[in-house]
Amino acid sequence: MTLDLARWQFALTSINHFFFVPVTIGLAFLVAMLQTSFHRTNKPEFLRLTRFFGTLLVINVAVGVVTGLVQEFEFGMNWSAYSRMVGNVFGAPLAMEGLAAFFLESTFLGLWIFGWDKLSRRVHLLSIWLVFAGTILSAAFILAANSWMQHPVGYKLVHGQPQLTDIWAVMTNSVFLWGFTHVVLDSIVTGAVVMLAVSAWQLRKRSQPNPFNHTLRLSLAILVPVLLVDMFVGSELGVIEARYQPMKIAASEAQWSTCRPCSFSLFQIGGGNNDHTPIQIFSIPHLLSLLATNSWNGKVIGLSPLQAQYAAKYGPGNYVPNVFIQYWSMRVMAYLAGLILLVGLAGLLLMRKKKVPRNRWFLLAATWVVILPFVMNTAGWLLTESGRQPWVVQGILLTKHGVSPSVSFTDLVISLVAFGLLYTALAVIDAVLMIRYSRRELATAPAAGTDSDAQPRVPSMLY
Amino acid sequence: MTLVSLWFLIIALVWTGFFVLEGFDFGVGMLHGVLGGTEPGRRAAINTIGPLWDGNEVWLVVAGAAMFAAFPGWYATMFSGFYLALVLLLGALMVRGTSFEYRGKRDRPAWRDTWSGLLTAGSLLAPFLIGLALGDLLHGLPISAGHEYTGSFWTLLQPYGLFTGVTLVVLCAVHGATFITLKSRGDLRQRAARLGRNLSPIAALILLGFVIWTHSIAGKGLLPNPLEIAAVLALFAVVWLIGDGRDGWSFAATTIAVALAVLSIFSELYPRLMVSSTNAAFNLTIHNSASPSYPLKVMTVVALVLLPVVVAYTAWTYYVFRRRISDKDFEAAKQRRDSHEHV
Repeated sequence: MTLDLARWQFALTSINHFFFVPVTIGLAFLVAMLQTSFHRTNKPEFLRLTRFFGTLLVINVAVGVVTGLVQEFEFGMNWSAYSRMVGNVFGAPLAMEGLAAFFLESTFLGLWIFGWDKLSRRVHLLSIWLVFAGTILSAAFILAANSWMQHPVGYKLVHGQPQLTDIWAVMTNSVFLWGFTHVVLDSIVTGAVVMLAVSAWQLRKRSQPNPFNHTLRLSLAILVPVLLVDMFVGSELGVIEARYQPMKIAASEAQWSTCRPCSFSLFQIGGGNNDHTPIQIFSIPHLLSLLATNSWNGKVIGLSPLQAQYAAKYGPGNYVPNVFIQYWSMRVMAYLAGLILLVGLAGLLLMRKKKVPRNRWFLLAATWVVILPFVMNTAGWLLTESGRQPWVVQGILLTKHGVSPSVSFTDLVISLVAFGLLYTALAVIDAVLMIRYSRRELATAPAAGTDSDAQPRVPSMLY
Repeated sequence: MTLVSLWFLIIALVWTGFFVLEGFDFGVGMLHGVLGGTEPGRRAAINTIGPLWDGNEVWLVVAGAAMFAAFPGWYATMFSGFYLALVLLLGALMVRGTSFEYRGKRDRPAWRDTWSGLLTAGSLLAPFLIGLALGDLLHGLPISAGHEYTGSFWTLLQPYGLFTGVTLVVLCAVHGATFITLKSRGDLRQRAARLGRNLSPIAALILLGFVIWTHSIAGKGLLPNPLEIAAVLALFAVVWLIGDGRDGWSFAATTIAVALAVLSIFSELYPRLMVSSTNAAFNLTIHNSASPSYPLKVMTVVALVLLPVVVAYTAWTYYVFRRRISDKDFEAAKQRRDSHEHV
C-alpha cells in the first residue's frame, strides 16, 4: 500500500512537472529565435513579440523550477532503498545537471529578464540562447539518468549492487541518445503549438495588420518539420526499446502470443492484464513488425512467452506491465501527434495560399490544439515509465524493493494531500496567468532598442 | 586528502555557499514587508535580489545532488528520515519561488499582499527547517543498524536542531538587512541599516550560544575557538559598520558569520555524516556511506572544471547588477506601467 502511494506520488509530481518542462524548452528556443530576428532586422515588432512570449516563458519557468526541486528531493524521500543502491550511478548525472545546466539556465534567465537596459544587445541576445542551452543540457543529464534505468550500461555488479565503471557508456547509451532527441524535439513541438495557439487567438480577436502573423508563420514553419522528424525518432526509439525492454513493446500492443509478421491494432475493446482476447476493431498487417523491428516480417515475442522467460531468469513473479496503460498510452500519443500534424499541415497549406489570417475555422482549431501536446506528452511518459514496471531499474532492481522503508502510510497520505493541493493551486494559477497574458494586447515597443538614453535608467519592472 | 574527505569538504562548502548566497535572499524575503513599507519600497526590496535569487537557490539543488552522488547512503537516510520536514520545506520553497514571479503579475493589493505573505512565510520557514535538519545530523537521531531512520516527525524536533534553525533564521535576517543596505538608496537603505544595527547584537549573542552548544554536543568542551570569536565580534561590529559608508564591510561581516555557523556544524560532524542516537556503531560515516572511487573521480573532474566557470559567471552577474536600487525608481515606474506590461 505504501508502495502504491509512493508510486502515485512520484507519477503525479512527475507528470505535473512535465507540463512545464517542454513549454520552457520550446518557448526558450522560440523566444531566442524571435530575439535573433529582432537583432538581424531591427524591426520593432520582433522586439515586442520577444517580450510578449518572453513573459509567457517566465511565468511558466517559475512553476517548472519549483516542481523540479520536488523531483530532486523525492528520490531520497520516497525511494531511499533505490537511492542507496544506485546513487553512485544515478546521482552523478543529477549532480552534473545542477552544475552544468541549472546554474546556466537560472543565472542567464535572471540576466535576460533584468538585463534589458544593462547588457549590450549582443550579450543580451546571447543570454537567452544560453538559457536555451541550459534547458537542453538539463534534459540531457536527466534523460541520461532515466535511460540508465531503462537500459543499464557502464556498470558492474558488486554483491548485487551496480557500481559505475564507465560514465561514457552512460552518456552514449542508445536509449539515451534517441530518447533525448525525442524529448527535445517534442518540447520544441510543444512550444511551437503554444505559440501557434496564442497567435491564432490573437489573430481571431484583433484586426489586421497584426504582428502575430509573424509568430503564426514562425510556429507553423517549425512545428511541421520538427514534428515529422520527432515522429520518426520516436518510432526508432520504439525499435531500440523493443530490443532491451521487449515487455514494454509487447504490452503496448497487447500482444500475448509471439507473432511473425505482426499486425498493428488501431483500436480495441476490452483487453488488459486479465483479458488476453480483446475485440480488435481494425488492424493493419505488417505494421507492428515494421514499428517494432524495422523489418516487414519481423518477429515480436508475446507477453506470455516473455513472462515465462523472465520467471526462469529472475525467479517467480509477475513481470508484465499494465497492458491497458501501455496499449492506450501508445495510441493516444501517436494519434494526437497525427492530429497536431494535420493542423500544422492545414496551416502550411493555407499559408501557401496566403489565407491564414482569414480562415476562422483554422484559427479556431489552431487555438484549441494547445491542449493536445500536454496529453500527448503525458501519454508518452506513461508508455515509457509504466512499461518498465515492475522494474525501477530494468533487470536489476524491482520497484517494490526501491521504496523507503522508514516512510509510513500516514507520512505518504499527508505528503500526497499536501503536494496534491499545492500542485493543483500552482497549476491553476499558472494556467490563469498564462491565459491572461496570452490574451493581452501586444505592448508597444518600449522605445525600440531599450538601450536608448531617452528613458530614465530604472531597474526591471518585472517583480 | 582522500577522495571521500574531499567530497565531504565539497559538500560542506556547497552548503556554505548556499547559505551565504541564498541566505540574504531568505533575509530579504522575510524583511521585504517590514522594510519596504509601501508598495514601491517592497518592490525595491524584492528587486535587490530579483536577478540573483534563482541562481542562488541552485546551490541547494547541487548540495542535494552531490550528497546523492558522493554519499548515496547519507542522501537516502537523511531525505527519507526527514520526510515530513522536507515536505514542509518543499512547500515553503515552492510558494516562495513562485511568489517572486507572480506577485507583480496582477495589480491588485489583495493579490500582492497574499504573495508577499507567502514570500515572508516561505523565507522564514525554509532556513529554519534546513537548520533543523543540519543540526539534527550532529545531535543524532534514532538510526538502526541498517541505516534506517526509526523515529517519527516529532523525534526530529531536538532542542539543538531547533536552536540551529533559529540561529540560521536570525543570521539570514541580519544578512538580508546588510545586503539591502548595500544594494539600495534612500529610505529603504535607512530602514534596512536601522534594522541591521538593532538586530546584529542579538544575532551575535545567538551565534555565540550556537557555537558553544555545537562544541558541547560534539563533546569538545565549551570554549569557542578564535575564528568563532572573530565571527561573533564581526557581527557586533555591524552596529558601527552598517549604513556608515561601510556597507560592504558590514555585508562581509554577516557573510563570515553565516559561513562560520554552517561550517562549524560540518567540521564537528566530520568524519561522521549522521550521528545515530541509538548506537554510535550505527553512525553514518564518510567511509560506510560513500560511493566507490570511480564515480567520485568522475565527479571530481566535473566539479573542478565546472565550479570555477559557475563562480565566474555568477560573479559577473553580481557585477552587472551592482547598481543600488531605490523606492523612487518604483514610484516613477508606476506611472509608466502600461508601456511595460511585458518582460
